[in-house]
Amino acid sequence: MALTKTEVEKIAHLARLHVSDVEAEEVAKGVSDILALIDKMQSVDTDNVEPLAHPFDAAQKLRPDVVTEPDRRDELQQLAPQSQDGLFLVPKVIE
Amino acid sequence: MIEKTVAELSAALAAGETTSVALTQAYLDQIAAHNEVLNAYITVCADSAIAQARAADEARAAGSSAPLLGIPIAHKDLFCTAGVKTTSGSKILHNFISPYDATVVERLQAAGAVMLGKTNMDEFAMGSSNESSYYGVARNPWNLDRVPGGSSGGSAAAVAADLCAMATGTDTGGSIRQPAAFCGITGLKPSYGRVSRWGMIAYASSLDQAGPLCKTAEDAAILLNVMAGVDEKDSTSIALPPEDFTATLNNSLKGLRIGLPKQHFTSGLNPAIESAVRNAVAELEKLGAEVKEINLPNSDLAISAYYVIAPAEASANLSRFDGVRYGYRCENPVDLEDMYKRSRSEGFGEEVKRRIMIGTYALSAGFYDAYYRKAQKIRRLVKEDYARAFEDVDVIIGPTTPSPAFALNSMKDSVTMYLEDIYTIALNLAGLPGMSVPAGFVDGLPIGMQLVAKDYAEATLLNVAHQFQQVTNWHKKKPVLTTSEKTTEA
Repeated sequence: MALTKTEVEKIAHLARLHVSDVEAEEVAKGVSDILALIDKMQSVDTDNVEPLAHPFDAAQKLRPDVVTEPDRRDELQQLAPQSQDGLFLVPKVIE
Repeated sequence: MIEKTVAELSAALAAGETTSVALTQAYLDQIAAHNEVLNAYITVCADSAIAQARAADEARAAGSSAPLLGIPIAHKDLFCTAGVKTTSGSKILHNFISPYDATVVERLQAAGAVMLGKTNMDEFAMGSSNESSYYGVARNPWNLDRVPGGSSGGSAAAVAADLCAMATGTDTGGSIRQPAAFCGITGLKPSYGRVSRWGMIAYASSLDQAGPLCKTAEDAAILLNVMAGVDEKDSTSIALPPEDFTATLNNSLKGLRIGLPKQHFTSGLNPAIESAVRNAVAELEKLGAEVKEINLPNSDLAISAYYVIAPAEASANLSRFDGVRYGYRCENPVDLEDMYKRSRSEGFGEEVKRRIMIGTYALSAGFYDAYYRKAQKIRRLVKEDYARAFEDVDVIIGPTTPSPAFALNSMKDSVTMYLEDIYTIALNLAGLPGMSVPAGFVDGLPIGMQLVAKDYAEATLLNVAHQFQQVTNWHKKKPVLTTSEKTTEA
């Protein structure tokens, strides 16, 4: 199926990607081509098939809820584009 | 010395014929001579490599003798390496110095391997050509106008051109096996859960698996011995009884049952590859194996299911790149949303954005059942195909790729490139172990034979591949590097 420009803009917003008017058409084509490849699955009857989420149907392991990581805040925050007093800085959110 | 296998280097080091410092310097010299053209490495760690080599030599003098002690390795640039830039081939991580080591890196370091550097790759492992790397394409050492394959193309090119003795890679839909085939080396994708994914930058978490790229099956076994093992930090890694993958390499293949899937020998396959793979199978028959045709009826659906599941998981995994805690942030954001959108749009390349879009669409309200759930059902059908086939055979064999390494910039769109992974993708959906071993040449380019075994049967794959390499020489062929006056024979 071919996506419209409006659909592309909606998906881009959900994915927090910026798509300009100029790019939208090309993006719509690229995504639609892939959807056409994907849509081949729809021809198969899978009504009585259980979905497989994990190749070995394994269940998620649990561990005791204990602290395992040391505090490396200062070191890790050196990787941040902007931080101050142990906080990550972002553009103002609340007026 | 640099052209030798890991097994040979290990013996040479043990016999005192060379030192890790000398060996490491020889690889660094080879990198200096050829990396500018091949672009196999994004980062070279010359100083720390020599320091690690010196430590390995000292450890050996003090009595240590682990098989990988002092042997130079290259890591795909999506394994986190403490204190070393880790980019995943993306601009968005251009300045990311990892604060910790991936479990695979930690295990190899503890085994004494010397890290030469970080290899080039398709951005976030999304690609089959290395062309989506932000750091430029890596080139195929057999023909510089051809791609090395992807996504672990830098690792494969580095092994093939003796820019390292061995390398790590990851495989989500063929990203170890396909570049191994294109570059004429041996690559192993272990069973899902065999090797810890902790510290690997995630692409599609239910498919990703790390494995070795080497010159021989024996080397892959030596490397897997160190890489494999359950890890508390990866809850999907599986606790299996410890295994020595080198112990069964010399088992006889008498009575081995080989299945050839008819869906892997159809009109889309280059006829010269078909005859090379059939000749390879004939070699295995001479060693006592029995061959029959098998049926994998849902093979052609695997690629469709994959392009839902992998992008869906990628869209979730890559949401962490938001310009807040690490990585690229756009200039002068006007507000938070602008910062998210522009940081991501400027930081990610086209293919990555396309896959994020596909995944977001497939998971969006109203489409989940038609896409993600449907794909998971197909995934079970694919898995069941293999389970049925393995009731009658021990190993499934076919071509790794439908054609040899293609020319740079020759793929006109994403879907054409996706179809190049037609034989490799199903294994990731089924979680099965697979290998590519050199099986001949087509138009002067190496081609690969893919071996598949049942869950956790890596030892079977390595045994078959090793026996094959005892009676063939394809894995010993070397590309002639004409990019400078130095040659591999030096």
